Amino acid sequence: MRKYILKRVLYMLLTLFLIATITFFLMKLLPGTPYQNQDKMSASQIHMMNVQYGLNKPVWQQYLIYIFGMVHGNLGISFQFSSQPVSYLIATRIGPSLQLGIQAMIVGSILGILLGAIAAIRKNTWADTLATLLAILGMSIPNFVFAVLLQYILGFKLKLFPIALWDNFSSSILPTIALAMMPLAETARFMRTEMIDVLNSDYIMLARAKGLTQAGVVWHHALRNSLIPVITLAGPLAVNLMTGSMVVENIFSIPGIGEQFVKSITTNDYPTIMGVTMVYSLMLVVVILIVDILYGIIDPRIRLSGSEVNA
Amino acid sequence: MADEKMQLPKDAFEPLQATEQLNSERIAAPSLTFLQDAWRRLKKNKAAVISLWVLVVIIILAVGSIWFSPRNPNAQNAAYANLPPKIGGGFWGFDGKANIAGAVVDAYKQAGVPKGTYYILGTDYLGRDLLSRILFGTRISLLVAFVATFFDLVIGVAYGMISGWYGGRVDTIMQRVLEVISSVPNLVVVILMIVVFKPGIFSISMAIAITGWITMARLIRAQTLKMKDQEFILAARTLGESTRKIALKHLLPNLSSTIIIQLMFTIPTAIFFEAFLSFIGIGISAPNASLGTLLNDGYKTFRFLPYQMWYPAAVLSIIMIAFNLLADGLRDAFDPRTRG
Repeated sequence: MRKYILKRVLYMLLTLFLIATITFFLMKLLPGTPYQNQDKMSASQIHMMNVQYGLNKPVWQQYLIYIFGMVHGNLGISFQFSSQPVSYLIATRIGPSLQLGIQAMIVGSILGILLGAIAAIRKNTWADTLATLLAILGMSIPNFVFAVLLQYILGFKLKLFPIALWDNFSSSILPTIALAMMPLAETARFMRTEMIDVLNSDYIMLARAKGLTQAGVVWHHALRNSLIPVITLAGPLAVNLMTGSMVVENIFSIPGIGEQFVKSITTNDYPTIMGVTMVYSLMLVVVILIVDILYGIIDPRIRLSGSEVNA
Repeated sequence: MADEKMQLPKDAFEPLQATEQLNSERIAAPSLTFLQDAWRRLKKNKAAVISLWVLVVIIILAVGSIWFSPRNPNAQNAAYANLPPKIGGGFWGFDGKANIAGAVVDAYKQAGVPKGTYYILGTDYLGRDLLSRILFGTRISLLVAFVATFFDLVIGVAYGMISGWYGGRVDTIMQRVLEVISSVPNLVVVILMIVVFKPGIFSISMAIAITGWITMARLIRAQTLKMKDQEFILAARTLGESTRKIALKHLLPNLSSTIIIQLMFTIPTAIFFEAFLSFIGIGISAPNASLGTLLNDGYKTFRFLPYQMWYPAAVLSIIMIAFNLLADGLRDAFDPRTRG
């Protein structure tokens, strides 16, 4: 097990290194300069600016400086956002994003598991149909449409929640619901399939033959065994939450890294784009690693095959 | 008792007619090809059939609007800006009335629109006909999705087949590359690609395709691995068939169901990504429009003119739901074992 974890961590570091390299050179490929008003600047001003951002050195030196700095948690200086260090920007903004992501993950997965389990136990009844319908809607309707819908109806028309604000818990409810729809739908679908499989297995028949009640069968045997594969969903769901956070944070004006990422894209703030990309990749890689390790502990058969991530 | 032979009466047996024997061997139902069989199963799934029809209608309308657009989707008319929906003389919801500062007024009268002229879904902030723009936007959204899906198909199938077929070191290296690519959040890749190659229909399609083929490659590789040791491939190899021919004539037809199902899941993902990118403002740019840009335009004023947001949102949602339901139906039809 220790060897397996070590191997996975090594792969993870290699992956992160490759991502950093690719991102760096992609950014270097970009035409134009980061300065908006270069035409108006004199040659010496441009030179000064280049020196300040380290752009006067050869590309390979910039690359080494970048990689070396990143290992030490230094992601460079933002071109926008009043020349603050990128790592500082991310550190101040990651809190709201994490809070929303974790809230959405908890709400989505718990409701999804419940919904999926009910659909499986009451297979082919109205409850199943309703759950399947909800899951299809949750999977299909884009999260920004959900977000706007919630904002319009619950925020603007009924005035139950703040429309776009970030201070207390109640302001995080609408974005959490909007973000949680997709995890909810995915978990419910996955859970339903798994649970139906488990309910048809021999050991459930044995449990029933022993005279266990329906609740006992479901609680002690079916639910636990169907939950194991659901863990693998964590990777794809994490990706989904990151994607979702970019629009949802924008719609609800939440000062998170998703909002910042979008802003830095529209203003060509390359150091920030690179920094946030690295943070997103790091989070994803860590989630996948944790899922793989957890899964290896729970189910030794899986220990050597990789996990699937697609969103 | 034990050695006593059991006597069976002769009349308990009846000689069989020769023709009857033939009949019992006959197969009554015509044998169906794989596709016919899948189609028969798909037809039983009501949701999938309805989705298929909805999509056919939407695609025909979107493509047909090249020639039969109600109005020019890009023609601006500042005087007729932000007119609410109205049909004919007007009825509930489509009466051309707008709520301006708490008072309900006839926006058409205010703008001086001549009698008999009406906009079914209203106009946007530049006075462009929203219905025409939605049809136009749907066309672009579908175009982006189909182009992305096409590249997804070509790259994913080729990569998966090569990786699965050759195995060994080639496979290991190709799988490591996949692992690295898949651990970058795909949206980040899409965004980086678009930042590098300025937004446009082609660059957005490419960016979506570049992240989309990974699942396809994985599925195809797994299937190829399973199939390459089966008898029909072995037979083809024994008979000296070239690798390329085996791939095209023997592997590909057997992979077709996997490919079709995966494609049906890729299309809505691509539509979503395009809408997402356009919504955050780095997607399709003017004068082109997509469902995402229409949503983005509508969102700016949706508190006061909500219809400008709801109609594109509804069309986008319907397309997404229909594609997902159809994909579900196809999966069940092609592979009845996965049915829950």
